[in-house]
Amino acid sequence: MKDNCICVLMVCCVCNTPLHGLDFFVFLCFSDVNSNSVAQKIYVEVNNTVPCVRLLNATHQIGCQSSISGDTGVIHVLESEADLEWPLTKGPNPPYMILLESHLFTRSIMMKIKKESSRIAGVTVVVPNTSPSEFSPHTTCPNENTGVYSDTYGPHLAHCNTTVWNPLGNGLSYEEFDFPVFSLKEDKQCYYDHNRVVNGSAPQYPLCAMQLFSHMFAVTDTATCMRRNDVINFSINPEMVCDPLGDFNVWGSIRPYNRSQLGHRDNESVVMAAARLDSRAFFWDVSTGAEGSISGFVTLLAAAHALRDVTQVAPPTHNILFAFFQGEAFDYIGSSRMVYDMQNGKFVIDLDNVHSLLEIGQVKRLVDNFQSSATGANFSLVEPGVSQPLPPSSLQRFLRAQNIPGIVLADHRAAFNNKYYESYYDNADNLNLRYPPNMTAEEQLEFLTDTAMALTEVATVVARALYKQAGGDGTQVDNIKADSKTVTQMLFGFLVQANNSWFQALIPPELKDMLSDPPDFYVGVASSSPAKAKPLTRLVQFLLANLTGTATNLTQDQCQKPDDLPDESVQMYSYLWVQGTVPHNGTEKGPFCVRASVRLSQALSPAFDLGEYASRNYSTWTESRWKFIKARIFLVASRDLEMLTLGVGVAVLFSSLLVTYFISTKADVLFSSAREPASAAY
Amino acid sequence: MTAAVFFGCAFIAFGPAFSLFIFTIAKDPLRVIILIAGKANEGLAAISEEESSPISVREMAYVAGLGFGIMSGAFSMINTLSDSLGPGTVGMFGDSQYYFITSALMTLALTLLHTFWGVVFFDGCERKRWWVIVAVLCLHLVVSGLSLLNPLYVGSVPPVYVIMLLMAVWAFFSSGGSLHNLSLLWTCRKSNAETSS
Repeated sequence: MKDNCICVLMVCCVCNTPLHGLDFFVFLCFSDVNSNSVAQKIYVEVNNTVPCVRLLNATHQIGCQSSISGDTGVIHVLESEADLEWPLTKGPNPPYMILLESHLFTRSIMMKIKKESSRIAGVTVVVPNTSPSEFSPHTTCPNENTGVYSDTYGPHLAHCNTTVWNPLGNGLSYEEFDFPVFSLKEDKQCYYDHNRVVNGSAPQYPLCAMQLFSHMFAVTDTATCMRRNDVINFSINPEMVCDPLGDFNVWGSIRPYNRSQLGHRDNESVVMAAARLDSRAFFWDVSTGAEGSISGFVTLLAAAHALRDVTQVAPPTHNILFAFFQGEAFDYIGSSRMVYDMQNGKFVIDLDNVHSLLEIGQVKRLVDNFQSSATGANFSLVEPGVSQPLPPSSLQRFLRAQNIPGIVLADHRAAFNNKYYESYYDNADNLNLRYPPNMTAEEQLEFLTDTAMALTEVATVVARALYKQAGGDGTQVDNIKADSKTVTQMLFGFLVQANNSWFQALIPPELKDMLSDPPDFYVGVASSSPAKAKPLTRLVQFLLANLTGTATNLTQDQCQKPDDLPDESVQMYSYLWVQGTVPHNGTEKGPFCVRASVRLSQALSPAFDLGEYASRNYSTWTESRWKFIKARIFLVASRDLEMLTLGVGVAVLFSSLLVTYFISTKADVLFSSAREPASAAY
Repeated sequence: MTAAVFFGCAFIAFGPAFSLFIFTIAKDPLRVIILIAGKANEGLAAISEEESSPISVREMAYVAGLGFGIMSGAFSMINTLSDSLGPGTVGMFGDSQYYFITSALMTLALTLLHTFWGVVFFDGCERKRWWVIVAVLCLHLVVSGLSLLNPLYVGSVPPVYVIMLLMAVWAFFSSGGSLHNLSLLWTCRKSNAETSS
């Protein structure tokens, strides 16, 4: 019944309670005519939910799954690990929905919940405000099956037999849970109102419950879901069940390559510089990878920028190619694809053209305790002994294919220094990115943080090393200096706020919406066209173009079709129309056309092109599809009340059947007194 | 609140209407038409061959009243019923958790009330007793006004049921029933019981 429905007679009130007039309906109602206000009395939708989704590879499925109609459980806030006894064994109202504070999101608790999952409907983790002392849901040995070390090549170095790279890893990201796990903002009011356990006695109905929907379509492994994709395509209602992970690699070079000439180039010897772009976390799409990947690729971008001027004045003997790989967290999707393309003549160079490769890994702590007054490089590079294997790096994929001299630059001799490898906590705080208080966003953008200065040092060293490695003029080396302002702006944009004036100036005006905050660094599912590459990838593409390319005087139309002009060639360069940088003195420059030898190349694992979905050599990671993901909170009534309602209903039905039957059979006796006028006609 | 509550409330709200339909309406197609279409008697008379009306005033009143009752019940209850299928119950924002049951009970009462009001109203029009019509209208207002007392369900549901019982008695008497008939029924049963024993 609608409580506040003041309806006048002869009126049909289309709220929830109409009272009829005889033959006509007049609308006159003083209540709020919400559609489905009953549902609003019952359910509270939870916003900003982050699920854990299902990923599949050649052999396993990992991640979380809910049943198709959602999983409902009575909320229980876990206070300690011992408190698990209540939902797992003692509590009288299963199934339970366990609400964890982030410090309780540990492997031992999750494994205990997984064992007794018949009484558990799901787990929700409260979004934390502070980081724990250490937490890494990744495995202890990242990408151990797709690196260069295997049982046939360096078996004592394979599978972390010598060095455990991520000793803090608890492997939660690679476990399979058959209940949903969500990350939500804190909301315990309903629990405190209804579900508190007082002195060991069970709380009274109605109880507060939560329902989580995250039903994943794909099961078992990649081969199964790709096979089902193909089958489904023949049905009337094609619906894919999974998609391969992947995106696009960004690459650029000092001297441009003609993109229509693929395969081996005679007498070409290229120095490659590589970094990874992506990272991951336990929950879907919330990774940052500040120390894990951002420190690396920001340094490489700064080094590329530092080399722009000197390579035009005094070009080195060899070309230098900068490569930024996507999908490296998932068995080296990007680098394995580039190596595959090089081996099969689908890239502008091939493996014989690669002179050497310098990779920038995690470099946050190369410059500890940076003193802002010091000048010059105040760190030294140390080479560990030959018994030390290479850390997980894109270089390993190149070495798998061919012996290429390579270096991985990292701040750890053995195990990672990163305490939050591939986790949600690898954020700006992990990089010690500190800004003075009371600064506006624009002021923070320009502020030179200590972290930025430190990474600038590293970038300078990298740039000089690359220049010398490429046979550049030794006298010019001291002129190579990375720009700390660029580095600090990049760090601000990637870690604090992407929607800032500097980033906006680097991208086309129509792509402004790309800069959503916060940028996410998960590789995501592959798309077929570069225009649909992930925002992070496109941002790096535009950054590299602006930092290594040249501004031209072309108009927007000419920028779209540069081949009409005699000196420009779209085969050699890419032409990007960007918003325009604002120089220091503040005068607006307006949009212009950047010409740079920067390209996107597809980062999709070769296993999918070859159809080898159970491949051991290449990444086979796919992400399941789903219909919708949501969570809602409501009260549940006791079973007794429900059964009582059903009982009363059945009793009413049967008794009314009996009474009506009785009355209708005796109707002639009961209703016989009045005389019917025979000619009553209407 | 799950399927148990859905079926329970559905049976409560529509059980009597359903049984009335089965035993008194479904056998006669004319009555089905009047139930659905209300005032279709002229059209029916036009296509029938007999002179007199195919359906008596009383039947018309009863069937039309029941039709209105079912429609009113459907409008007020269907939305609530569909929400009762889900796992949650009312109460998050301070409403009573007996919302579904009391909605079903009110719907039951209203359906029967519409039936009785139809009978009484038609009878009043037939005998030109205008105070009857006024009384029926006033009772409509009183019953819908009682729903304003929700969620104080003890103030709305029992009074409506009392009014329904009173209307049942009134409708019984105005549709040709009498205490004499009741006693006949009773002795008939008794004599049947005696002769059979």
